[in-house]
Amino acid sequence: MKLKTSRTKYNMKSKFQPDKNGYFGQFGGAFIPELLYPNVKELEDNYIQIIESKEFQDEYKSLLKDYVGRPTPLYYAKRLSEKYAAHIYLKREDLNHTGAHKVNNTIGQILIAQKLGKTKIIAETGAGQHGVATATVCALMGLDCTVFMGEKDIERQAPNVARMKMLGAKVVAATSGSKTLKDATNEAIRYWIQNPETFYLIGSVVGPHPHPDMVARLQAVISEEMKWQLKEKTGKENPDTIIACVGGGSNAAGAFYHYMDEHEVELIAVEAAGLGVNSGESAATSQLGEVGIIHGSKTILMQDDYGQIVEPYSISAGLDYPGVGPLHAFLYESKRAKFMNATDAEALEAAYELTKIEGIIPALETAHALAVLPKLDFKENQVVVINLSGRGDKDLETYIKHLKE
Amino acid sequence: MKSLESILEEKDNLLSIYFTCGYPKLDDTTKVISELEKSGVDFIEVGLPYSDPLADGPTIQDSSQKSLANGINLDIVFDQLMSIKDSNKTPLVLMGYLNQMLKYGEDKFCQKVIDCGINTVILPDLPMVEYENHYKDLFDKYGITNVFLITPHTSEERIYKIDNYTNSFIYVVASASITGAKGEISNNQIAYFERIKNMNLKSKLIVGFGISDKQTFNTACNYANGAIIGSAFIKNLGVNGVSGIKDFISPIIS
Repeated sequence: MKLKTSRTKYNMKSKFQPDKNGYFGQFGGAFIPELLYPNVKELEDNYIQIIESKEFQDEYKSLLKDYVGRPTPLYYAKRLSEKYAAHIYLKREDLNHTGAHKVNNTIGQILIAQKLGKTKIIAETGAGQHGVATATVCALMGLDCTVFMGEKDIERQAPNVARMKMLGAKVVAATSGSKTLKDATNEAIRYWIQNPETFYLIGSVVGPHPHPDMVARLQAVISEEMKWQLKEKTGKENPDTIIACVGGGSNAAGAFYHYMDEHEVELIAVEAAGLGVNSGESAATSQLGEVGIIHGSKTILMQDDYGQIVEPYSISAGLDYPGVGPLHAFLYESKRAKFMNATDAEALEAAYELTKIEGIIPALETAHALAVLPKLDFKENQVVVINLSGRGDKDLETYIKHLKE
Repeated sequence: MKSLESILEEKDNLLSIYFTCGYPKLDDTTKVISELEKSGVDFIEVGLPYSDPLADGPTIQDSSQKSLANGINLDIVFDQLMSIKDSNKTPLVLMGYLNQMLKYGEDKFCQKVIDCGINTVILPDLPMVEYENHYKDLFDKYGITNVFLITPHTSEERIYKIDNYTNSFIYVVASASITGAKGEISNNQIAYFERIKNMNLKSKLIVGFGISDKQTFNTACNYANGAIIGSAFIKNLGVNGVSGIKDFISPIIS
């Protein structure tokens, strides 16, 4: 099966593409200290040209095919479909090299970094998936890699820390603030300020413009493949519904990308409700947040009455981010996407269910997307695609612990 | 309160001190300002504690966390500043992050700033394009001046543009760093200071980031109208408290 590069429409004019200042509606922009201006400007001036070049596309697609293992299958989940009386397809991003969709972005950004002549790479990571995907492409390209990770996450995610180190990355503990993903991102940005020659390989559709747009374009391969895979399997490029989990929102951005202007396709973004949206222990940003600025972008943000950023909670280290990418804030505000949420308990239940009836252990993040299936009413023959963003190996300890309870 | 503009016009070798409100104790804000005034500081940067201060190093991050834990918020800060509006003569500059103003309400924030007798703000994460598109009109409406930062990597074209927008001073960030970077001033930094000085800008220049003692202060003053000490002051404040302020300032301005 060959990748159909010609389908990528990078120039499509749409209200879901950022304007020249990086805004999706009122969200986005580049709220950065002057120190970062030259770096961000250099990237902004070059990223589209690089991504659209034949040279980049050839290298990117070739690595995605032979190194990552794309295209990832679009699997018809027969037993899951029977249970929920719909035609449910799983986009198997969990089968990518390194176990999640994250590598689509790191492959693309490492090539962009090379074109810009950058040799030192920095990244932030929460659960460690983006850190591993970054360390992997740095090993592949022989580039210097430093990953910032919250001190608490380093303790919670020991296997991924070991993986990154084995891949040759330096893992730096973020000891400020709450010592999790938000603080790892702060530390990465502070390091970037002090080392402007480095390339900040950001892991989600967050950060100052052009990072959200760049990452969305690199994850767009997910929905690009979905189109022709659905056509082959159902006769139509468009499903009725696409479901994806959202922390920062990179896998959802990729799964939605080529469908955002096709309004008959229902887009469902699932946030982590933690112990419950109103429990005080939640990461359901769209429900709990207000307009604010985090990590260089104006978006919806969990904050107190004085604009201090509130620490979110979720059982899933990949979803406990107090903001959401500006594109998603716009999809939410414009009602183009429906935002739902799932609690820790619902996500665990959904993960056990998929494991038992389909033989697939999903990542905890992904389990949140699966967890809304019981909450939806499907019409007859409704075609639903769930973006199975990652595999659950990294979460085994949590799964085993809760299975006993 | 004297106006910042008149101080900038009248004096050279200006010493400014940055401190974090509500640190080390919640009600220390006014005491710190009063001690700084008595110690002969020329103007004071009042730092609004923020949960995620991207441009700040460990010292200011830590003081901000402690101040927030003390229960500080913007309403308390404005009350504290209002209480010394008539007694304090030293010009104050407010330094915070954009989200604080956004959440508080931009107009309400500006009105409070003016009510406290302050007309100058520093928002390190407010980029020039956003200033041009939105905040210039807002600040003009209230008579507030925005201080822009320039760095060793800011282009000449951009510096001239900033000079044009500036009504008070340009904040010359001494190196590619966050606040609190250590050590002596390098030859590269001197070359950068000279380059900026030789641009003959209309605005006054104040150097900050990495200025910590008499030596670094004097070096900066050779190329600019003054300098700001932040992290080194906060460190001393954390150890010696408000009563140690005079002993910290005296050797620098002697």
